[in-house]
Amino acid sequence: MEEIKITCKQIEELKLKAQQHKGKPGPLMPTLQDAQNIMGCVPKEIQMLISEELNEPVAKINGIISFYAQFSEIPKGKKVIGVCIGTACYVKGSQKILDLMVKELGIKTGETTDDHQFTLEATRCIGACGLAPVMSINEEVHGKLVTSTAKDILDNARSEN
Amino acid sequence: MIKSKAELMKKYQQTKDKIENRKGKIDLKKREVLVCTGTGCMSSKSKKIVANLEEAIAELNLDVEVHGTGCLGFCEKGPIVKIMPDDTFYSQVKVSEAKEIVTEHLLNNRIYTKKLYVNPLTKQKVEKTKDIPFYDNQVRIALRNCGFINAESIDEYIGTKGYQALELSLTKSPDEVIEVVKASGLRGRGGGGFPTGLKWSFAKNNTGQKYILCNADEGDPGAFMDRSILEGDPHAIIEAMAIGGYAIGANYGYVYVRAEYPHAVERLNIAIEQARAEGLLGENIFGTEFSYDMEIRLGAGAFVCGEETALIASIEGDRGMPKTKPPFPANKGLWDAPTIINNVETYAVIPQIILNGAEWFKKIGTEKSSGTKVFALGGKVKNTGLIEVPMGITLRKIIEEIGGGVTKGREFKAVLTGGPSGGCLTKDHLDEIVDFDRLTELGSMMGSGGMIVLDDFNCMVDIAKFYMDFIVDESCGKCTPCREGTAAIHKMLADITDGKATIADLVELEKLCKMVKSTSLCGLGQTAPNPVLSTLRYFKDEYLEHIEEKRCAAGVCDGLISELFITDKCIGCTLCAKNCPVSCIAGERKELHVIEKDKCILCKDCFTRCPVGAIITR
Amino acid sequence: MIKLIINGNQIEVEENTTVLKAARELGIEIPTFCDDDRLSKQTSCRLCIVEVEGTDKLLTSCNLEVKEGMVVNTESEKVRIALKINLSLIWAGHPNDCMKCGKSGECKLQDYSFEYDVDAEPIYSVRKEAIAKNATNHFFEIDPDKCILCGKCVRICSEQVGVGALGFKNRGQETYVSFGNDNFEDAGCVSCGSCVSVCPTGALLNKTADKYRNWDVDKVRTTCSYCGVGCQMELVVHKGKIVRVDANEEGSNRGLLCVKGKYAFNFINHRDRLTTPLVRKNGKLVEATWEEAYAKINQKYLEFKGESNSFVGFSSARCTNEENYLFQKMFRQVFKTNNIDHCARL
Repeated sequence: MEEIKITCKQIEELKLKAQQHKGKPGPLMPTLQDAQNIMGCVPKEIQMLISEELNEPVAKINGIISFYAQFSEIPKGKKVIGVCIGTACYVKGSQKILDLMVKELGIKTGETTDDHQFTLEATRCIGACGLAPVMSINEEVHGKLVTSTAKDILDNARSEN
Repeated sequence: MIKSKAELMKKYQQTKDKIENRKGKIDLKKREVLVCTGTGCMSSKSKKIVANLEEAIAELNLDVEVHGTGCLGFCEKGPIVKIMPDDTFYSQVKVSEAKEIVTEHLLNNRIYTKKLYVNPLTKQKVEKTKDIPFYDNQVRIALRNCGFINAESIDEYIGTKGYQALELSLTKSPDEVIEVVKASGLRGRGGGGFPTGLKWSFAKNNTGQKYILCNADEGDPGAFMDRSILEGDPHAIIEAMAIGGYAIGANYGYVYVRAEYPHAVERLNIAIEQARAEGLLGENIFGTEFSYDMEIRLGAGAFVCGEETALIASIEGDRGMPKTKPPFPANKGLWDAPTIINNVETYAVIPQIILNGAEWFKKIGTEKSSGTKVFALGGKVKNTGLIEVPMGITLRKIIEEIGGGVTKGREFKAVLTGGPSGGCLTKDHLDEIVDFDRLTELGSMMGSGGMIVLDDFNCMVDIAKFYMDFIVDESCGKCTPCREGTAAIHKMLADITDGKATIADLVELEKLCKMVKSTSLCGLGQTAPNPVLSTLRYFKDEYLEHIEEKRCAAGVCDGLISELFITDKCIGCTLCAKNCPVSCIAGERKELHVIEKDKCILCKDCFTRCPVGAIITR
Repeated sequence: MIKLIINGNQIEVEENTTVLKAARELGIEIPTFCDDDRLSKQTSCRLCIVEVEGTDKLLTSCNLEVKEGMVVNTESEKVRIALKINLSLIWAGHPNDCMKCGKSGECKLQDYSFEYDVDAEPIYSVRKEAIAKNATNHFFEIDPDKCILCGKCVRICSEQVGVGALGFKNRGQETYVSFGNDNFEDAGCVSCGSCVSVCPTGALLNKTADKYRNWDVDKVRTTCSYCGVGCQMELVVHKGKIVRVDANEEGSNRGLLCVKGKYAFNFINHRDRLTTPLVRKNGKLVEATWEEAYAKINQKYLEFKGESNSFVGFSSARCTNEENYLFQKMFRQVFKTNNIDHCARL
């Protein structure tokens, strides 16, 4: 696994954000979301830092991080592949697309490849049901997939890395 | 800054003509191009189409504006480009074709027929949007501006009588506003169908600090109307929440949006900034005593946060775990203050109700479910997309007329409504009407408006298992029946699809479903067994087939399939052989084909491809 | 006052009383894991469900307020079926370990399973992965596999103790109770053991070298001797030895203790503990009888009578307030000195 690299600048940025949120009610979620955005993950050390900044028990912070799918204690891959398994996509065969990705990347859903290039996620409806089945690579959405086009898209993403 | 009715009307007059021209009601001799920049079309590079159109127009020095709009609904045919006021509808436009559209249509005044929509029934090309069957039978209130105005322009919103409902509300007393909403019969579009006006009056009767919330944590996998409204008409939500804030006495609002909807968040943020700059949010709105402001809070990926008490917990900065009711949020909600939560679609119709009156809204729909409902039509139906129809429309009209029927000539099997909390309806129900109460009576529910059509290649037990898998993943884990019960239900269903279950298990399954339904803490758990109970009700024979014959006729349940076999119904069309990824099908043209069992990988490609249904699983 | 009928018995209770409490007044014990008067309502175990006439749904009695004319049934067929399924679901993910579990005999899951005929062989299958025990605390350990997620430990720590060292982690079936971010050191835990006191199952248990069964002990109620708060506690005695201290919920401490009251009882059986008075003989303190000791005090008093500054009294914080009061009274009145102190500066 790749080591988590966090710079002083990132920490300063987070501290600033935390202080800004602290002035408003309910500062915990926005601060954690900022941490996730700034660092790509919220490791234990950062949880301790936020605990001190916002004066909240670390158990509570850890509880929130582990509750919501958006947060991660370890960094995600450079590209996050999300295969939609919402109902509209599922009934049109998105499970096959997901199975293909699992096979191609050699990882399970929710995992990151050893070279840290890809994270595979099974997402629940990104709201592009008209294009079912769909998958997304970071924020880019690809629709009306069949296994062969999905493979092409993956190969394309690989070549970009 | 807009500080009075006169200033609003002045602004309205400035853009009204442009809007009327776009509608074709007046003729300013000016064309506009609308490009869908909803998430669906954007994934097909519609932003690039906008850029290319603008570039081509600039090159030719034409006086034509290009607008990125919200979702036009007909996602199946995206990306969509419309020329107004001609109402020309170009579908599946490629980035490279933008320039040709400009030269052909805008410069040479010729319809660019290559990209016109073809009516699948008549095989005729259709020029105008209004002549496309998909848009027939639709009544657009919540979606009225989606795909029609530039979603990032407050001026265009004002040009469609935007913020006039807020201004009008502020001349009435809060009680009068609530009375209008009550009289309209509007019921919550998020799924529960609770009368909105009544809910507002509960909060109104409380004192002190109050909040108004918008639930945009759209989680039903297969529904995306909330996202489309936020992307296509964000000001309508801001206006409606301000009206709600005035009615109940709240001066602050939060919109809780899924983080998975970046475009919706961006557009809503732009809209909030614009409204603030115009003084439509902030202190003393329209020069009255009323002050109101709002902000966005992002969800973080938890379906259960669509439950209102969980949503509140999440905004407060806690795990999104539902709390027991009572106390209801209208009495004790966000930070213990009286709080009203409505869903995006509910808000989207409120300004129209205020402007046009309760009677106007009540006339649409059925007696107990007035108005329209937006559905995300998906699955095995030809025209997938977002539709808005009056309540009381039949399922047949939605599926066959708007949806264009089942794809690939397959047989309609069922339609799922209400997502993981709902159930299924069969072909016997096609002539049933769609409204809150009828769907519930039939064992399904309205839910947030997902409508997924299934054909005979879908297995109902598998669908029930699919939904239960979703619930097991999304259960917050607080109460025992939902946390452990849904996992046990999932395991029982898996046993059935693996051929390991007995008839006795089916009895236990039903017993367990009823227990989870009657004892779970929140709506998520209480409705979680619905897909199982509903499929058991209408497709019991399919369950029995899995258990007794160890057979899945739809060919979905891998655990029950040991081989694919070609029967003598085979006409020798060679389609299966040509497409087999491992080339294990042999046979001459017009002769019976045979599958080489040892080489077959059971991918079932041939099974779904065979035009005469000659291939069976066993 | 509100009149209602529970299981055919009429009862009159104050407004805002819950059905659970009203039933308790009638001597009807409704099962519950997560309800606790001292804590916020979680209503998550769903065991306290009752059937109310006129309502289709089963309602949780812990947060259901009584209403005039309410007719409640706590033992209907519907309730018993739902309870058996509920307990069977918990049992399906619980280790079958009662034979050697330290909680056996005092475990609510065990008691309710007996009451509602839960089969030993689980009838359901829930996909649960085992989570490792956390034994990093000096005094107790947590075994998430035995946890039923009633959340009492989490709530008592944040709401009553005011620390918030415990929290729920993950969601759905993967939820478990953890300290801090799975790291005991960072959790801020003060080891008061209140979480252990409220745990209805064997998920949070004291570490102990003593082997005893819960039906084989005596419980002696006493007052904590460490400070002046006067916390009420029960010494759990097995074969003449204190093996555990339970907090008593009736005292002013309402079931809370600090780390000293809860866990610092080893001195009682410690080999260095003084069990007799010591008298200095030939410059050395040696064990003596109380008669010898009193005689010595008497002798010294007579010897130095009138020289009040020659006396000093030193008392112990382990004595009760009354004993210490009498002790200082004796020194001030009899020995005529203010040279009096004690060790209650812990």
